[in-house]
Amino acid sequence: MNTINNIQDEIIEDFSMYDDWNDKYEYLIEFGKSLPLIEEQYKTEENRIHGCQSKVWLHGEMKDDKLYFFADSDAIITKGIVGLLVKVLSGHIPKEIADSDLYFIGKIGLQEHLSPTRANGLVSMIKKMKTYGIAFQANANN
Amino acid sequence: MSFNIQQIRADFPILTEKIRGKQLVYLDNGASTQKPQAVIDAESYYYEHQYANIHRGVHYLSQIGTDLYEGVRKQVQQFINAKHEHEVIFTKGTTNAINLVAYTFGRKFIHEGDEIVVTEMEHHSNIVPWQMLCDEKKCVLKVIPLQADGTILLEDAEKLITKKTKLVSVVYVSNALGTINPIEELIALAHKNGAKILIDAAQAIQHFKIDVQAMDADFLVFSGHKIYGPTGTGILYGKEAILNGMPPYEGGGDMIKTVSFKGTTYNDLPFKFEAGTPNIAGCVALGTAIKYVEELGVENIKAYETELLNYATEKLSAIEGLKIYGTAAHKSSVISFLLEGIHPYDVGVILDNMGIAIRTGHHCAQPVMDHYGIPGTCRASFAFYNTKEEVDVLVEGILKAKKMLS
Repeated sequence: MNTINNIQDEIIEDFSMYDDWNDKYEYLIEFGKSLPLIEEQYKTEENRIHGCQSKVWLHGEMKDDKLYFFADSDAIITKGIVGLLVKVLSGHIPKEIADSDLYFIGKIGLQEHLSPTRANGLVSMIKKMKTYGIAFQANANN
Repeated sequence: MSFNIQQIRADFPILTEKIRGKQLVYLDNGASTQKPQAVIDAESYYYEHQYANIHRGVHYLSQIGTDLYEGVRKQVQQFINAKHEHEVIFTKGTTNAINLVAYTFGRKFIHEGDEIVVTEMEHHSNIVPWQMLCDEKKCVLKVIPLQADGTILLEDAEKLITKKTKLVSVVYVSNALGTINPIEELIALAHKNGAKILIDAAQAIQHFKIDVQAMDADFLVFSGHKIYGPTGTGILYGKEAILNGMPPYEGGGDMIKTVSFKGTTYNDLPFKFEAGTPNIAGCVALGTAIKYVEELGVENIKAYETELLNYATEKLSAIEGLKIYGTAAHKSSVISFLLEGIHPYDVGVILDNMGIAIRTGHHCAQPVMDHYGIPGTCRASFAFYNTKEEVDVLVEGILKAKKMLS
């Protein structure tokens, strides 16, 4: 079954092939480029996550009890990481998303991108993904 | 080259650090400069052998500390050629110094309908304090616009600086673009209209000689950490008569003559503006930093950094798809650039992995980025300890980033 942790483990395995930063970033950049752009209608100010340096947009919607994410960034490395987060968290039930422990980022050596001082919007993005999870979970319980 | 670069580099211990296994190439001097061993030693020596609180202490250590601290005030006075020692106020930095002027001079002398003039290239620290003052006092902030090359036009300044202007507050050297502003002309314009002028010299003081009397500055501010000294130190220079006319900033110890519940009388300059225990150790080490700069020679520094800037500008300009922002004829050793179609953040991440420290983003000058319609730039800023070889490493790094990100 494709649980959040299964997907994280797959990503960790994929990244274990790369032993230097060069290959890792090449992969991330290519992955970022291959991602579909978020639809313009979702690139709203409301969906924008304010980082100081790169812009990130995040939209979430429910379909058949599952929460799906659509995201984008104007910086390609940020977009690659945004894409990994979407790959891990999108398509799961809101409670799983809200309760998830995102250990893969540290394991693949990208923890520094989650430092608030990087100001690339990723910390806020994770927070917002989880907030979506909590909000839709609450809706489901009502 | 008029000085021994290898010897200079040996004075800065951090320059031999390895970052992610690579030799550090530090090109973020606009944000802060590294410290020579002598500065680091001065601060620890003070704590190890001379430390006590200053002023009013009769005991030996307190007197030593007071002498050192006041000695640095005299040193700064001579460094910027102020007329009096008490025209030199110690602050936490440039931001703190500008806020001090906004809260004291601004509150007392700027009223509803009065105008304050800045340029479009100001750092946020020379915008926001005036916006806050304008909100409070209903005064008006006027902005001298930026030209495509990163300069301002004197005819624009002439139109905007008028009899309504109470204060002109302008940056000497733009942190985001490197532009050196025509400061003498702006000072003359301000004075012709009866306005005072504050000069933000945060990006100037470490690069060339400043003489506050010759230029006839009313206020001049800078940070210690950008001139090879400790963080949390800075200077507000103000003309004696103006400082005397200003109310105090913070209330507390040291800034008073007498305190009673019937009324308090304030201390004389400079102590009126220095409430509380200051950053004594930092100021002592700032003195060492200024001594270091003076021994190298401000003119030598200027000549060497200009040579580096010219070399780097030539090398970077040769990179296809690279655009330099800020191409003024008079520039300090700062190069802001973008690679076509590539976000500056991505370039910064790739260079960081190669041990090259540059700055990416809006450099606390969002109006400059808005002017060019860009999210930010990559900024390489050079100091006298940087070398042409390091410029070559930067160029290699940019080429690699371009290849990876295109």
